[in-house]
This record gives sequence, structure tokens and C-alpha cells, in this order.
Amino acid sequence: MNLSLDWSVLPAALPFLLQGMGFSIALLAVSLLGGLVLGTGLALMRLSSNVLVSSFAAAYVSIFRSIPLVLAIFWCYLLVPMVVEAVRGVHTPIGPMYSAFIAYVLFEAAYFCEVIRAGILSVRRDQTSASLALGLTRAQTMRYVILPQAVRTMMPLILTKSIIIFQDTSLVYVISVSDFLGAATRIGQRDSRLIELYLFAGAVYFILCFAASKFVEARTHRKVAT
Amino acid sequence: MISIENVSKWYGQTQVLHDCSTRIAAGEVVVVCGPSGSGKSTLVKCINALEPIQKGRIVIGDDVIPAPASKLSAIRARVGMVFQHFELFPHMTVLQNLVFAQVKVLKRSREEAHARAVGYLKRVGLASFEAKHPGQLSGGQQQRVAIARALCMDPACMLFDEPTSALDPEMVNEVLEVMTELAAEGMTMVCVTHEMGFASKVADRVIFMDEGRIVDDCHRDTFFGGTAQCSERAQRFLSKIISH
Repeated sequence: MNLSLDWSVLPAALPFLLQGMGFSIALLAVSLLGGLVLGTGLALMRLSSNVLVSSFAAAYVSIFRSIPLVLAIFWCYLLVPMVVEAVRGVHTPIGPMYSAFIAYVLFEAAYFCEVIRAGILSVRRDQTSASLALGLTRAQTMRYVILPQAVRTMMPLILTKSIIIFQDTSLVYVISVSDFLGAATRIGQRDSRLIELYLFAGAVYFILCFAASKFVEARTHRKVAT
Repeated sequence: MISIENVSKWYGQTQVLHDCSTRIAAGEVVVVCGPSGSGKSTLVKCINALEPIQKGRIVIGDDVIPAPASKLSAIRARVGMVFQHFELFPHMTVLQNLVFAQVKVLKRSREEAHARAVGYLKRVGLASFEAKHPGQLSGGQQQRVAIARALCMDPACMLFDEPTSALDPEMVNEVLEVMTELAAEGMTMVCVTHEMGFASKVADRVIFMDEGRIVDDCHRDTFFGGTAQCSERAQRFLSKIISH
């Protein structure tokens, strides 16, 4: 059997691939951070006793949980420049990179909203009472007592989700942004070595994600053991 | 010191407190007892406005409840509270548990709050535990930390909501000892508890509640006097919990 694979293109391609990986990681970091911040805000809104506020958050979550991520990426790519232009009155090119950042943050926030909300609800009710009894306000209680516990409880879910987000960053190919997989595709097409580059990309994704999930597993087990 | 005046409370349609009135003088120790569901915990939680009341009022020193939401924090900060399940904050160390509210609510400097926290930890016999997390402590130790946490705020009075009922039997005494010392120092205390030994030795007065009403409100000797000095309902309650 002769597979006739030629790996000689790889060394020269590495800098470009690394650049792509840089973007993948940046997109992961932004979606995680932005998604968690916005998601926490949405979770607080969903738990609000104000029906208007809580149903807005509920609607937001329902919409973004019901569409494919690819569609959210397209929406932002097409809609955000229009919205910005309407607001500022001048044509402002956003570029596919920034619209990707926005799409991922908006999309992942819907997921993190549900995670954080579940985390908040898992904290014993009397923790709130104890904090209020010490004279802390409701906002302080949420910020210093309830949220830290909620995030801690949900850490395994948040970490697992970040691995999935990392894999999902490859979807930005639909708006021609070069993440790691996008970079691999371009070089593969240029040098007619798609198979080699896809095998290499697959190996890199596998190593990173497998190592990360083993880390999450070990961390969760340690937590359970203590 | 604390004056509870015609307090009534409803959960939806269900009335859980019926026209409760009593006064607690400064330095007085009052034990509130009664069967479960009698409203004793609810009454105590009304005193620091953790539970809102729909009728009547509660006066603590210069503060009056019901009060606007903006004043509740300040009122609660002057009333210490100890919970059945301790409710220490598990993500903070013992020391952080004690320092946290002093800094956030009373605006004390970290150094001052720290010094006070260490002082009270020493008082409850847990000086060497400051760097530990609550999860590493026994129930009795956690409850003593919770008492120290409340004392750090310099409360005018202390509320105890079944402070020993979640503890293993051998840990009950270490908590009761701290409470007894506190009473001896002249702290105004309201304790919901089933520890009748504590009630008969430390309490000045016993309030017996049933079905949301204050049935008996009398001196401890009267309450434990036996010969039909307290209500028949209270005697039935006592015979049930003491005979074993």
C-alpha cells in the first residue's frame, strides 16, 4: 500500500498555522470571558422578580439556544456593520474578525446564562440570609457570597464547554477568517496537500482537546475525593 | 431593647404569626420554644427583617421595622444572627468570614477588622483555625466561628435560630458554653432552641409558641415549675421532650 503522503510542506507552513492557532485561542478567550460576563448578567436578569427583565433574558436565551452557531456568525457578519452604520451614520467596516468575536460572545452568553443560573440556584438559600443578616446589601451578597460559589460549582461544566468552544472556533471559515483550521485549509489548497494538512490539524486538535479534557476530569475527581 | 408589638405574618393565604407581642429588656436572655411549625424561627427572623411582617411593628433600640429597604442593611448589621446550619461562607477562610462584613458594612480598616476577628476567634477557642476553610471544621467548631462572626459586628443583640439542632450530640455543649458565657457578659439574646437544660439554667424568660401564637411568656422558674404554672399545651410539649 502506498499512501504517498508528503509532509515536506509542513515546516514552511508552521508560522502561518501558528498565526491561525493564535486567532483560535484569542477567539476562545474572548468568547469565554465575554460569554461569562454577559451570561452572568443574563442569569441575574432571568432571576429578577421583574417580569419584563426576566422574560427578555429568557427570550434571548431561547433564541440563541435554538439557532446553529453558524447562523449566528452569519447574522453578526451581515447585521453588525448595518447596525453600527445606522447608529453612527457613517459606513464603518467591522471586518470578519470582530464580527466573529461578537457572534461568539452573544452565542455563548446564552449557554453560560443557563449554567450560571443553575449555579446560583444550587447555593443554599440561607447563605443569602446569613449574608443579609450581616448587613450586606442584596447586590453585595450576590457578588461576594453567591456568585463565587455558583461559579465554583459550575467549573467542570464551564471547562468542558471551553473545550467545545475551542473546537467550534473552526466554524469561522464560513466568513473566511483564518483560524487554525482555516490556515491549514489555505495551505493545503495552495500546495495541493489537503490530506496531509487535515491529518496534521486533526492530530493537533486531538492532542489539545484530549489533554484538556483529561485535565478537567482529573480536576473534577480531585474535587470529589476531598 | 426589643419590642415586638402585635406582629402578624402571612405566607400567601396562610397566617403563620398571630398577633405576637413581647418585650425583651437589655441584657435579657429569652428562649423561644415550641413544636415545629409553631412559628418560632419565623418570629426570630422577623426581628432582623429577614422575613417581612404584614401587621404590627418591631422596635429595636432606635430602629423600627417595617423599614424602607434602604435602611434594612444598617438595622441588620446591629443584630447578630446565628443559623441552624452555621452558614459560614465556604469559599472564604475562617478569618475572611469574620473580616468580610466588618470591612464591607462597617467600613473598618482591614487591620482593625483583622484584630477584632482574631480576638473573637480566641474567645470561642479557635485561635489557630483562622487560615482553615469552614469545610475543614467540625460542626461545633463551625458554629463557634459563626458566633464569632456575628460578634465581630458589635451587635446590640443576638438571635439564635436552633444553633445546636444540626450538631452531633458531643458538639452541642461546646456551643452552649460559648452562649452561656455570652449571656453572663450581659448580651441580649433571643434563642430558638430545644435545649431545655440551657433554657432552665441560662434563660431569664421562656416564650412558648404554638400555631403561630405566643402561648406562654413567663420566667423560667414559672415555665419549668411543673405544677400547672404554664399552659397545658406547654406542659404536654415539655413532657414529650424531657421524658426521654
